[in-house]
Amino acid sequence: MVGPEQLHSAALLGRIDVRGVSFWYPDGTRALSAVDLVLAARRINVVFGPARAGKSSLLRLLNRLQDLVPGARHTGDVLLNGVGIFGPEVDVSDLRRRVSMVFAVPTPLPGSIRANLTYGLRMAGHRDTAFLEDRVEWSLQQAALWDEVKDRLDSSAYALSGGQRQRLCLARSLALGPEVILLDNPTSGLDPLSTALVENALQVLKDQVTIVMVPHSTQQAARLADRAAFFLDGELVEAGAGAEIFLGPTDKRTEDYVTGRFG
Amino acid sequence: MRRQQRQRLAFLLVSGVAWAVTIPIMLVIGLIATRGLEGMSWAFLTEMPREGMVEGGILPALVGTVWLTIGTAIVAMPLAIGAAVYLAEYARPGPLTSAIRLAIVNLAGIPSIVYGLFGLGLFVLYLQLGTSIVAGALTLGLMTLPVVISTAEEAIRAVPQEFRLTSLSLGASRWQTIRHQVLPHALPGILTGVILGLSRAAGETAPILFTAAAYYLPSLPSSPADPTMALPYHLYVIATQVPNMPLAPQFATALTLMLIVLSLTVAASVVRSSYRRRREW
Amino acid sequence: MDASRAALSRTTRPTRSGNRMEPWIERAVRLAGLSAIFIVALIFIFLIRLSLPALTRIPLSAFGDLRWYPIEERFGLVSLVVGSLLVTAVAVGIAVPLGLVTAIYLGEIAPPWLGDILKPLIEILAGIPSIVLGFVGWVALAPLVQRLGAPTGLTAFTGGLILAYMALPTIISIAEDAIDAVPKSYRDGSLALGATRWQTIYRVVLPAARSGIVTAVMLGIGRAVGETMAVMMVTGNAAHVPRGTSMLFQPVRTMTATIAAEMGEVARGGTHYHVLFLIGALLFLITFAINSVAARLVGRRRTGEGGG
Repeated sequence: MVGPEQLHSAALLGRIDVRGVSFWYPDGTRALSAVDLVLAARRINVVFGPARAGKSSLLRLLNRLQDLVPGARHTGDVLLNGVGIFGPEVDVSDLRRRVSMVFAVPTPLPGSIRANLTYGLRMAGHRDTAFLEDRVEWSLQQAALWDEVKDRLDSSAYALSGGQRQRLCLARSLALGPEVILLDNPTSGLDPLSTALVENALQVLKDQVTIVMVPHSTQQAARLADRAAFFLDGELVEAGAGAEIFLGPTDKRTEDYVTGRFG
Repeated sequence: MRRQQRQRLAFLLVSGVAWAVTIPIMLVIGLIATRGLEGMSWAFLTEMPREGMVEGGILPALVGTVWLTIGTAIVAMPLAIGAAVYLAEYARPGPLTSAIRLAIVNLAGIPSIVYGLFGLGLFVLYLQLGTSIVAGALTLGLMTLPVVISTAEEAIRAVPQEFRLTSLSLGASRWQTIRHQVLPHALPGILTGVILGLSRAAGETAPILFTAAAYYLPSLPSSPADPTMALPYHLYVIATQVPNMPLAPQFATALTLMLIVLSLTVAASVVRSSYRRRREW
Repeated sequence: MDASRAALSRTTRPTRSGNRMEPWIERAVRLAGLSAIFIVALIFIFLIRLSLPALTRIPLSAFGDLRWYPIEERFGLVSLVVGSLLVTAVAVGIAVPLGLVTAIYLGEIAPPWLGDILKPLIEILAGIPSIVLGFVGWVALAPLVQRLGAPTGLTAFTGGLILAYMALPTIISIAEDAIDAVPKSYRDGSLALGATRWQTIYRVVLPAARSGIVTAVMLGIGRAVGETMAVMMVTGNAAHVPRGTSMLFQPVRTMTATIAAEMGEVARGGTHYHVLFLIGALLFLITFAINSVAARLVGRRRTGEGGG
């Protein structure tokens, strides 16, 4: 079986440095203020906080999906493996394959399961069927979906249940062989069983890919976090190892939030 | 209860007017259908006109209308779909986009006879295409643009935004996203617009009057550089210009033209509804 | 496994020919968008270019001549403009009230099943080519009008009536949209205060739909001014200024019909030829003005909705 792991086994790739990033939407609202944060390579990095804390805005900045919002602007810089992602020589398509996003609402593209999984690679110019087939199987296994769909790869992705759809979307991102996967509340619409399947898959995946995740709940955050960062009103309040943040936060606001005395 | 009586009277008047509007429509359709069927036959559709068009059929006019309609599609489709893609996917709000929209509204409002004058000035004379199918199709194509642009833009906008975002987030470029996600799903809507535009073009007379139409031709057009007879103009000619023309072929010509146009309209709505049933999401 | 991986990545180097084409595709799409402006400009330029000789050869005052008699070099536009105005006025005068009332009937009063029958009928009317309606006017309506006592059935009224039916589908559909757009809360509020349904339609729905109705009228005028073939068949095409109480029942000749009837016979490059283009330029300007105002009204209605 081949996976992306050998691609970047030489060095520990997949580290993201957020340096003094502020971000404004076109109407002038500031979603992020001067955020400094390191997202550790090959770890589950949880970004959590109440609504409107800036979590999703941050995630969408990391692979430049915010470019699609006309009139939005940012200051500061984001480095992927030490290289700025906003530089003029950066190919945005390439960046989005290396830093891939899974959204809260799973959106299969119309077409077969197979077509969904190979879409990103085909758009990148991959034509080799053997390679594409390999990636289909590998990514489905990583996302714990292979056994359920291996006999119907050519049927519509819309025939899948909600939980299966979300794992399909995870597999679709993995198929690209990314260094980083961004998950914006990926289990929000899922039943407990599907949630467990996704969480287990992430635990396995973190050895190969950096995971940046906005969790569904503080409990989920505490369950999964190797590293955690607490956001409030666009500001990074506190970041550190998961255990520290959830068991012994230094900031009063973090403590209030994780112990449920807040919001 | 006087208010109730007033309401009853008002409703009665309103429905009377509504019927006064719709009954003549039924009468017109019924008149053309019944009188048109009298003169209709296979020979009428497939024979050349004879005896100064008093006898024989309408084959050259039928063929000419088909040629012109195909030509119109070739001219209008690429330009209109391109413009629709630009407006729906690339254009940002601003003075330029407003100017384009204003231009489209005005293109839609320009009288068809003015398109005819323009086609005469630009295509027939300035570009020396002569009175020809090409010149007629170019003129009709420009006239058809606004309808096709508006419907195609609507169809493109109806493709869910999540598909675009998903495609882009998987590293597809903007054009790849349009090419592989947006256009395939907008295609039925775009086709609907194209067919609607063509149905209008097929029935138009004024734009081809000085650019393509011939009063009478003894043979079918052999190339796009030839002038052609066309059904709408033929109907005008035999109704008003040919002395002693019997009424039956006039009604049959009107019926043929109406059937062509209406079947295109029906085709458009069939495309739309069959696609709605088939789509997955 | 590392070896197989290396082999794989060699054979699967992506081919990215798409990327080199992309800027060109985007440029082409942009150009297609801009073509609308370009075409309107081109139409305007050609009309002006081809009508300028008429303006230089004939003194402006000559266009005020009451007679249009090109063979004697008399190019008075008055009768043609009056003809167009008269036919348009008749068409709008018939189509607007009928269309508005029909829209009210369809939107507020008619049971849904009846609407399902009547709406397709109106769509069919919209699809009937103008030459076919002109033909019906010529063979069926004109004799009826003549029986009303006019010396001929081919009159301004006949033309206006045919035109009214052509404009009706547009007017009905825009008026329907405008009525539909009236917030349900307005209606409910009025009914809750004890008004009857008719009072609600008359006092609340219609005033709220006013700007949409104005738009419908404008577009109806634009459509009527520019219609050619049907008008040419049923208005009699007599280039004189109709007068008196029976002016509606006299033959008239519109600007559009003049172009359609005479351009085929005229000597290219002659004064008459250029005057016909001048009439075309006038039609262009009239419809351009009407449509620009209508577009602005539509725009204002859309932006106004957000403020509620």
